[in-house]
Order: sequence, then structure tokens, then C-alpha cells
Amino acid sequence: MSEMTELQQAVTVGAAVFATILTRFLPYILFPAGKETPAFVRYLGSYLAPAVFGLLVIYCLRNVSFSSGGTFGIPETAALAVVTVTFLWKRSMLISMASGTILYMVLVQTVFS
Amino acid sequence: MHTKKTQTAASAFRAAFPLTLPVMAGYLFLGMTYGILMVTSGFPVYYPILTAVVVYTGSMEFLLVSILLSPYHPMACFLTALMVGARHLFYGISMLDRYKGTGWKKFYLIYTTSDETFAVNYSAAIPEGIDRGWFYFQVSLLDQLYWVAGAALGALSGSQITFNTRGLDFVMTAMFVTIFLNQWVRDRERGYASELIGVLGALLCLLMFGPDRFMIPAMGVILAALTILRPWLLKREKMADIHYKEEKCQNE
Repeated sequence: MSEMTELQQAVTVGAAVFATILTRFLPYILFPAGKETPAFVRYLGSYLAPAVFGLLVIYCLRNVSFSSGGTFGIPETAALAVVTVTFLWKRSMLISMASGTILYMVLVQTVFS
Repeated sequence: MHTKKTQTAASAFRAAFPLTLPVMAGYLFLGMTYGILMVTSGFPVYYPILTAVVVYTGSMEFLLVSILLSPYHPMACFLTALMVGARHLFYGISMLDRYKGTGWKKFYLIYTTSDETFAVNYSAAIPEGIDRGWFYFQVSLLDQLYWVAGAALGALSGSQITFNTRGLDFVMTAMFVTIFLNQWVRDRERGYASELIGVLGALLCLLMFGPDRFMIPAMGVILAALTILRPWLLKREKMADIHYKEEKCQNE
């Protein structure tokens, strides 16, 4: 159980909400639509996103263990291979996601359970 | 007039809905996990639902469970949320142009920027004739509904689920990987520079700082690399552009 009073909990949640809103709105406040956006920010606007997707992929896989005792990352590697091959073959995001996820679920529920 | 507006919204919905299906699977599952975790930690049923609506950032909500169970320290919570949410700055910069001119919907679009909504809205090839604002709006709204519905289901049903969902959360990883690949195959002229900077920068920081604290340094490394390489990258892009135009001229 929480040691906080209800008011303290509300303030804590409020702090999280405020910080989150701040991170989401800051770029739009700093670079409003009516004004010319600096060239450097426009450059970032087109070059940053592909890098962020790379970062998010690593973020999703950050807890995969390749050491002994774990699964050596075999379910993840196999599922990612399927996602990549089906995507390059069919170019359908849904087919790739479904096949990779199903294979992963089968692997972690049977072979590596 | 009214029916025309309804039609615009409806055709945007038909284009948007299929793209949110993977998010539906992932959010319902993760949202339920969150709802179950909150309720089994001793919080009332409406807590996970309310925080799913107002905080609406998965990673911070999971952290919030343990923060609410610790001694009162709102400033620490604020700083944690700032750091966890720092990547939203990157999303905002990338979406500045796309969310331009979306009118009253813009506030909601910015407010509900999540990893997945950003990914879908950034990478979507919106068909001709579909209203951009409505498309983005419905992707954002659907995604948030999935998340809130998941949290509510988890909070209400607790642990009565018998279906073995182990590994279902991989759908999120699969989604980011396909979006990354989709970006990759379209980025030939730029020589995949951004993608490589993102992956290598993240890997380097993961090895150096470990899984719990690599995100902020990784964002710093990516920003630094893009800043240093900017003159070179822009020059390359220009060359590729000229090359592409010459090719086009020859073909015509």
C-alpha cells in the first residue's frame, strides 16, 4: 500500500502529467507554425526520425540476454529474422508483425518456457 | 455541410484504422498489464484508468506505480518524467511540419504523442484525397482508446485471463522494426546515414550505460553525430538529388 495521502498521490501524478506535457509541447512552443523555423531544426526534422526509430528498436531489445542462463537471445533473433525477411519479401508491415510475433510467442511458450 | 464533414472524417477513419491494428494488439496487452499491476499494488480501480488518460505514456505509468509506493517526493517524479519523456522532444521536432495547419486537432495531436502514434503518423503514406488532420487525429484517438481500454480491462478483470499471452508484447518490437525497415528501404539517396547513427549510437550507449540509463546519453550521441555530420550529409543529399534528376531527364 502507498504511504502517501490521497492529496500527495494527486500531486505526484500531477507532476508526472506536467513534465510529460512539457516534453510534448516544447518543440511547438519554441518553433511556432507562424514563424520561420531555423534551418538547423528543419534539418533535424528530416534527419532525426530515422535515427530515433533505430534507437527505439534497440530500446525494445535492451533487456535481451545473450549470456548463458538466459535464452541467448534466440527467440528474439529468430523472430526479428522472420520480420525482416517477410518485410523485404512482401513489403507488408502487418504480415511481418504478425508472423514475427506469432513465432516469438510460440518460441517463448514452448521451447524456451 | 455537416454530411461533408462526416464523410471526410469517415474516409480518414477507413485509411487510419488498419494502420492502428498492431498498436491495438500491443496497447491492449500492455495496458492490461498496467491495470493489473496498479490494482494488485493496492490502488483503486479508477487509478490506472485515470492515469492512462492524463499521463498516457506507458513507460512513465509503469514507473509511477513504484513512485506512488515510495515516500512522497513530487520533484523527483517530475524529473523522472522529464527524462523518460525527453524523446518526445525529438518526435515534436520531426512532426512540426506534418502537424502544421491541423486546426483545433493540433492540441490533441501533440498531447497524445506516444512512441507508437508518432511512428504510425510519421511513416504513414496518407492516400490522396484523405484529410491529413482527420487521419492523424483518428490514429491518435484510436491509439489512446486502446491504451485506456487495456488499462480498464486489466483493472477490472485482474488476473482472470486464461489465454496464454506470454510474448505478445513482442508485437511492439516487431512494429518498430518494420517501421525502421520501411524507412530504411526508402532512404537510399541518403545512404542510410540517420538509421546507422541511430542504431550504432544506441548500441554504444547501451553497452556503456546499461539498459536502464542508456536512453538519454544515446539521444545526446545521436544529436551530436547529426550536428557534426550535417554539412557532409546535406552535401550528399544534394548530390544524390542532382543525380536523381539527371537520371529522370535521361529517361524522359
